Amino acid sequence: MSTDTYTALVNQPLGKKIAAALGLPQPVELRRHTPGQPLLDGLALVLGSGPAAQQVADQLLDWGVDVRRHAGAKDRFAAVVACFDAVQTPADLSDTALEVGQVMRQLGSSARVITVSADPSDATDPAARSARKGVEGLTRSLAHEMRRGGTANGLVLAGGTEMSAPGAVGALRFLLSARSAFVSGQFLTVGTSEGALPQDWDRPLAGKVAVVTGAARGIGEAIARTLHRDGATVVGVDVPAAGEQLAAVVNSIHGTSLQLDITAPDAGARILEHCRTRHGRMDLVVHNAGITRDKMLANMDAARWDSVIAVNIESQLAMNQAFLADQARDVVGDHLRIVSLASTSGIAGNRGQTNYAASKAGVIGMASASAELLAERGGTINAVAPGFIETEMTGKMPFLTREVARRMNSLSQGGRPVDVAEAISFLGSDAAGGTNGTVLRVCGQGIMGA
Amino acid sequence: MTSASSNTSKNSPKAAIAGGELRPAVIVGGNRTPFVRSHGKYATASNKDLLTATLDGLVARFGLQGEQIGEVAAGAVIKHSKDFNLTREAVLGTALDPRTPAHEVQIACATGMEAIGGLANKIRLGQLDSAIGGGVDSISDAPLVFSDAARAVLMELNRAKSTKAKLTALSKFRPGHLAPQAPGTGEPRTGMSMGDHQARTTLKWEITREAQDQLALDSHKNLAAAYDRGFFDDLITPFRGVSRDNNLRPDSTLEKLGSLKPAFGKDLGEKATMTAGNSTPLTDGASVVLLGSEEWASERGLPVLAEFVDFETGAVDFVDGDEGLLMAPAYALPRLLERQGMSLQDFDYYEIHEAFAGTVLSTLKAWEDEEFCRTRLGLDAPLGSIDRAKLNVNGSSLAAGHPFAATGGRIVASLAKMLHEKGTGSLGLISVCAAGGQGIVAILRGR
Repeated sequence: MSTDTYTALVNQPLGKKIAAALGLPQPVELRRHTPGQPLLDGLALVLGSGPAAQQVADQLLDWGVDVRRHAGAKDRFAAVVACFDAVQTPADLSDTALEVGQVMRQLGSSARVITVSADPSDATDPAARSARKGVEGLTRSLAHEMRRGGTANGLVLAGGTEMSAPGAVGALRFLLSARSAFVSGQFLTVGTSEGALPQDWDRPLAGKVAVVTGAARGIGEAIARTLHRDGATVVGVDVPAAGEQLAAVVNSIHGTSLQLDITAPDAGARILEHCRTRHGRMDLVVHNAGITRDKMLANMDAARWDSVIAVNIESQLAMNQAFLADQARDVVGDHLRIVSLASTSGIAGNRGQTNYAASKAGVIGMASASAELLAERGGTINAVAPGFIETEMTGKMPFLTREVARRMNSLSQGGRPVDVAEAISFLGSDAAGGTNGTVLRVCGQGIMGA
Repeated sequence: MTSASSNTSKNSPKAAIAGGELRPAVIVGGNRTPFVRSHGKYATASNKDLLTATLDGLVARFGLQGEQIGEVAAGAVIKHSKDFNLTREAVLGTALDPRTPAHEVQIACATGMEAIGGLANKIRLGQLDSAIGGGVDSISDAPLVFSDAARAVLMELNRAKSTKAKLTALSKFRPGHLAPQAPGTGEPRTGMSMGDHQARTTLKWEITREAQDQLALDSHKNLAAAYDRGFFDDLITPFRGVSRDNNLRPDSTLEKLGSLKPAFGKDLGEKATMTAGNSTPLTDGASVVLLGSEEWASERGLPVLAEFVDFETGAVDFVDGDEGLLMAPAYALPRLLERQGMSLQDFDYYEIHEAFAGTVLSTLKAWEDEEFCRTRLGLDAPLGSIDRAKLNVNGSSLAAGHPFAATGGRIVASLAKMLHEKGTGSLGLISVCAAGGQGIVAILRGR
């Protein structure tokens, strides 16, 4: 991981003063998840007049959070949940929105603002849909206005899903928790009442068997370690040439290693066979393995283009077909969850990455098109799109390019591999069972494609 | 998995050694490093580094972290005196339970075979439920040794108590004593290199240069093809950035091999046929094989590739007698076949270690030879020929290289996988020659 010297500097007393005086970005060390930590470091304020607000408040109390329904002048809040589920027309946004505004100066470091609203596309009435859409604009703008590591995200209830549904509760918890440290300006849509809440929120994947491709290093390694921390038994997959690092990762998390090239025609079958014989089941697949072969399209050759497409998307389509086949039913559980790595390049495009962006946009298409297939058996498929993440790969970027890239988001810093891993662990858990076919960005509200 | 469960479980039937039935010893899988030509990519890796990494790759492949294995046996042919407890030290550096016992084995190039065969017997007897056998060698990490004369002075100095005695000892030291003796693979009793020994055998059996080069070429082609179809994906873990045996020459040709000058038996003049191309180079690497009882494997959801059926060690008198140094397997085989009621033609695969192409071809020719089989092996009829299409089908030491003690583990793991793919009941024969006029033959049966 590359070191972010600037962030270290502006968190020193002198550096802080200089940055403030010059109006420079002031990134802070984000609060990140460690097992056993409290959900929030402080009070939560729940606002709104619809049924969701009461459900949220009850849920937070159940989790042992100190909840307020009105802000006291001296209260310091770790989180604000603003429920707009009852809005009928844009004018209805006012009360709750302004209440949030009143407490913006009372938020602690790495604070959370979460808006709860109904899915605009479920509303046929123009006034209702515009009100619901309005929440999106409000949330995104608020995310830009958050200070000191704070984030703002939206929880969208679709298809009449209640706030009390497991998937909604799971999404609320993820967005409130330190697990979503680098997620900001995003929306998690909960469209069904599928899913289940874990016995232990520190081990939401207990008893699950998870396959992670590209697990030998970088984000893949972080995913493998995070899934293990959350209770899963991990099958680490990587190309034979990465076997030495893969063995080291797997041995440190009590998993098993499987060296194979995911573009091999029998890759899916071999993963299934490994899970069948060694672990007896397969609950979660993380399609993380990917490559870049950057060139401007004018200079692109077939080898660069084709290898990126083959590794980043064709392999995933082929493996999913194997995993969803009837013959795999003895290994693959009913609630199979697939999480696939997309990229903000796949959303916004990126100079020199036509091949990569095509493959990553393809991943987003695959997730949305496969959602129904997975839903039929009680499973889910989602994509996670990382923005600028501090990895060995981004560490090799030229200094200035990297320095600019890591500040181009609302948190003024690059994310860490674990931030991506946390989102994947959440989407791979039963607590995310109500979210299907979506793409979640882990980008600190990056400007690219926002 | 709890570590305490690894030794013989309480519910299992009475062990054979305590009067119960013998049970099969099964091969679960294996792991090795890519083999690398000495003084190359592994030049700074010690035997312990190589063996530790190879064990850790096996642990990762089979999820054995924290597992207490019944016993680990491995050895090295060339090693430092400081590595007196090499295998145990390696085990302590792995993710295995540190309460896993380990010991060393050494019978030159057949070290890995002896380690694996001995462990298989303990499993069959009910003394062990699980075991890891293998070997490691690094010529790059070979100890340099002072001459006997220098050692005599240094030992005297070490024993000296008074200053005068120390000075007396030191005064005997001569500049020439500083020159270390580099490690060699020469036979201590003949002073001849292994290659020169084999050159005589090769000549005696009238093995042609062309036949040797063809065997070498096949080895390279077969090994390259095996890599290309992913055969080694679950048999090898890369080490120090190397992911393929670097002696492998997939584009080798008979012309290229034919252009090489003889490297051994140069005193034979025009009759010298053994070159660097049809002989194995000095190589660094390590290999291990995971064995267990069927119950142990199935309790852990581990695969069962093959059964280790039996093995036999042989030795020949190459010093005073007139047998070739590397011909011991030829003598061991008939005893093994007779004991198992099998014939040489019963096997689906033959793995004959390619110390030199001449060794393989001389051995095969001896088994076909009526007179040799009658007079030397005491057989009524020759053992006969084998279907050469079943010989070393995924390449052998000429292409892969031959880190002495690691060759047995390479062969056992690869053959077990081949037999598993071939099907239940398929049979494989292994023959490994060794320095000192010894050798081991073994039988595996596919599951």
